[in-house]
Amino acid sequence: MEQVKRPLSPHLQIYKPQLTSILSITHRATGVFLSLGSLFLTSWLVGLATSEEAFTSLQQYGSAWYGKIILVGFVFSFYFHLGNGIRHLFWDVGLGLEISTTYKSGYAVIAFSIILTVVTVVMGGVL
Amino acid sequence: MSMRNPLAKVRGLGSAKEGVHHWWAQRLTAVALVPLSLWFIYSLVAVTGAEYAIVITWLGQPINAVLTLLFLFSLYYHAALGVQVVIEDYIDSEWQKIACLILVKFLVWLAGLSAAIAVLKIYLGK
Repeated sequence: MEQVKRPLSPHLQIYKPQLTSILSITHRATGVFLSLGSLFLTSWLVGLATSEEAFTSLQQYGSAWYGKIILVGFVFSFYFHLGNGIRHLFWDVGLGLEISTTYKSGYAVIAFSIILTVVTVVMGGVL
Repeated sequence: MSMRNPLAKVRGLGSAKEGVHHWWAQRLTAVALVPLSLWFIYSLVAVTGAEYAIVITWLGQPINAVLTLLFLFSLYYHAALGVQVVIEDYIDSEWQKIACLILVKFLVWLAGLSAAIAVLKIYLGK
């Protein structure tokens, strides 16, 4: 079939980054990252079910410096995806769709995820 | 005058022939995950910590085993739906797209079932 030269919509690079678009792509990125994290959760549970030695050797990766960085990344991604996900659920029922409200809820999601990440990391003794 | 078949209109399944099932399942698992994931994280951080014996005892409680299984089911279902949309959006080549979608489906079943069996083994081993 012959290709029709249709006009393309402008490329992503020429748009000015905005809070709304940044949070939108971050929601996707954290979602993909958390999906990878679910594989770590599975190996943690499988280690737990296998033996104490298997569990302890897995835990060592979690307490290494790189493990801690990844763990903090998962905690932040979790709270961000949770907070922004609730924001999406409100939009789904038609609430908070005014531009000014999307900015307010956007900043609220950022504050929520940073504060709860710090609380969880400190309480969990990750750092 | 609408050109749409009245039966198609009543079924409301659209051109993808599956209606809003994907959308609806993603929302329902999202709603379920709000309390379940918060409960799971809170349990890990505040109740069990990382001690082997404490976690084993904790998972031996029926309520904790049931809620963990519900959490895992909602989590993997939600992850599968989300990753599927990301693949459909960003991978252009048709065969690569289908290969990735199949791979993710297999991986989700493998990981989800392994996690569930691990929880059941610990729970029933009590």
